[in-house]
Amino acid sequence: MVPLNWYLYLSAAVFMIGMFGFLTRKNIIIMFMSVELMLNAVNISLISFSHYLQDMRGHILVFFVITVAAAEAAIGLAIIIALFRNKQTAHANEMNEMKG
Amino acid sequence: MQNYLLIPFLPLAAFLINILFGRNFIKDKAHWVSTLAVGGSWVVAVMTLMDVLGGHTINEDLYTWITSGTFKVSVGFLIDQLTAVMLIVVTTCSMLIHIYSIGYMHGDKGYYRFFAYLSLFTFSMLMLVMANNFMQLYFGWEGVGLCSYFLIGYYFDKKSASDAGKKAFIVNRFGDFGFGLGIIVIFLTFGSVYYEPVFGQAASFATQSINFLGYDVHLMTLIALLLFCGAIGKSAQMPLHVWLPDAMEGPTPVSALIHAATMVTAGVFLIARCSPIFNLSPTALMVVALTGAITSLFAATIGLVQNDIKRIIAYSTISQLGYMFLACGVGAYTAGVFHLYTHAFFKALLFLCAGSVMHAMAGELNLQKMGGLKKYMPVTYWTMFFASLSIAGVPGFAGFFSKDEILWLAYSGPSPVGKLVWAIGTLVAFLTAFYSFRLIFLTFHGKFRGTHEQEHHLHESPKSMTVPLMLLCIGAVGAGWVGIPHLLGGGAHFTEFMMPVLGHPEGHGTHTEEWIVMAISVVAGFSGIGLAAFFYLLNPDIPGKLLQQFSAVHKVLFNKYYIDELYSFILIRPTIWVAKNILIGITDMRIIEAIVNGVPETIGAFSQLLRKMQTGLLQHYATIMATGAVIIVGLMLLR
Repeated sequence: MVPLNWYLYLSAAVFMIGMFGFLTRKNIIIMFMSVELMLNAVNISLISFSHYLQDMRGHILVFFVITVAAAEAAIGLAIIIALFRNKQTAHANEMNEMKG
Repeated sequence: MQNYLLIPFLPLAAFLINILFGRNFIKDKAHWVSTLAVGGSWVVAVMTLMDVLGGHTINEDLYTWITSGTFKVSVGFLIDQLTAVMLIVVTTCSMLIHIYSIGYMHGDKGYYRFFAYLSLFTFSMLMLVMANNFMQLYFGWEGVGLCSYFLIGYYFDKKSASDAGKKAFIVNRFGDFGFGLGIIVIFLTFGSVYYEPVFGQAASFATQSINFLGYDVHLMTLIALLLFCGAIGKSAQMPLHVWLPDAMEGPTPVSALIHAATMVTAGVFLIARCSPIFNLSPTALMVVALTGAITSLFAATIGLVQNDIKRIIAYSTISQLGYMFLACGVGAYTAGVFHLYTHAFFKALLFLCAGSVMHAMAGELNLQKMGGLKKYMPVTYWTMFFASLSIAGVPGFAGFFSKDEILWLAYSGPSPVGKLVWAIGTLVAFLTAFYSFRLIFLTFHGKFRGTHEQEHHLHESPKSMTVPLMLLCIGAVGAGWVGIPHLLGGGAHFTEFMMPVLGHPEGHGTHTEEWIVMAISVVAGFSGIGLAAFFYLLNPDIPGKLLQQFSAVHKVLFNKYYIDELYSFILIRPTIWVAKNILIGITDMRIIEAIVNGVPETIGAFSQLLRKMQTGLLQHYATIMATGAVIIVGLMLLR
């Protein structure tokens, strides 16, 4: 039986990798993938708590997250393609129209 | 008797019609509306006078204007002997001057506006004299002041005219401030602003004093002097006389109507009306008498050396108004009002003649450029000559009777300053005769001193101008015959008529004294005329020599004792300095603008700082968000 802590360490590690990737990589597609990674890290911790506490509400939440992530992937990719068509680039620093 | 309401409201209707429809519809027919209206007023005024002569007086409220607690004001009318005389003076002069203006203002681009204001003025003046309470009097008082402002600045595209209008209005503020305070004190004392209760109860307050600015002041003296403040401003007495000479910038009919015959005499009317209050205060009466005497002497000396034909007459007006105040001040209100009444005719006539001369001279006002106009404009010459005889006090003419009565009552009356003001008055009679005839001789006699074009242009004025001159001339000659004193075999009807309102002036003296006083004033008048003839007809080079010898005196007189310069130095320039440096420089620029501009500027500067945070880079925002999340989690863990 793998103890709960290990799952949580894994979840934290994946989350940190995702966040690091989001903050450091400049390609929007990679950043987008990093976001997915963070979402999945959360899913891991939710599932592990659910199993540990023998409570099905964690599972329900995970399904919600997966649904949202799927929708987000669809819309997000569409946005990225539209951006690329306009800017001919997928570099995050090029997209600073909101500079004050 | 009910139709007396037509007297003020016909001119008001004419004003409304002309001001609303004048510009687009009536245009150069505006005189019909105004002249017919004032003519109607005149007819009703004469009928009213007949009623008053028959012993009827009216005092009734028409409409409640203001009610607030115990303070109640109505639009109400009092028609007694004093009002009846004023009604005749105002409507007669106004009507003749309306007719004169038809010719004088012909072709002016503001024709309808001129007649509209003239009607509004007539309405206000009539409201002033017909009031039965102080508030309505004040309403008319301010109304005539407003019309005076409109009409002085009638040629508003001329800077000097609009300046003169402003000057008249602002100088009058000083006087009206005192007048307003006077009405407030009257209300506080009597609990009413109606004439009847105020004058009725005045005697019971005769010994009362009031704390004013920390001093105990005799109540009646305070009220009387505050009211006199208003009279000083409106009637151009020292030290608020400065506006009247400048008011000559207005069209000449305006000078004749407003600044000679009617409005400026409102101050004298006020004092006569308030005689029950003034009678209770010997101090106030003395102030009135001395102010009048000093003003009349002062203005007469300035009038001696001026060259502007209208300004000479303006100073003459100030001087004659001083005479009327002198009369009121020695308790001879009847004589003051009598002089007001005769003066209205001969002074309006003098102004209208001056207007006629200006008309012929194409606007030239300088005496030194005239001369010999007699043969070109005989009607103007003879009417002006008679008016001057009247003002100079030649026996038989209107001015003689009123002036003589003033001088006799000043001499014989109980006033402590009576003898002094009599002496000044007699001197002024001499000066008046001198400058009036200087004007006549320089204008109408001798050789023409202007340019050839001007000489070619000389002509007598049209009928619409000369007919009013002749009609007024009848008044200037004969108006005084209603008040021939007993001494000369007359009935002194005017004094008898006014007695119910103004009381009987006290005079103690023998017939011999009265003959002597009269003889002295007649001699003064004739010697003034004689001296003027000697200087300007027989020896035209004498004035030049005198001028060289007394150039310093001449300079002071010519510059009107530097009063304007003095006011400019002590009042106007400090005011402008304060306005520029303190009100604009500090209050406006430093305080108000600092607040108004400072608030948005501070906000702007702060947002300039915050603006830098918005880099537009997604990852910066994400970093900040992550850092924030870490801090929050950290805090939660540490707690």
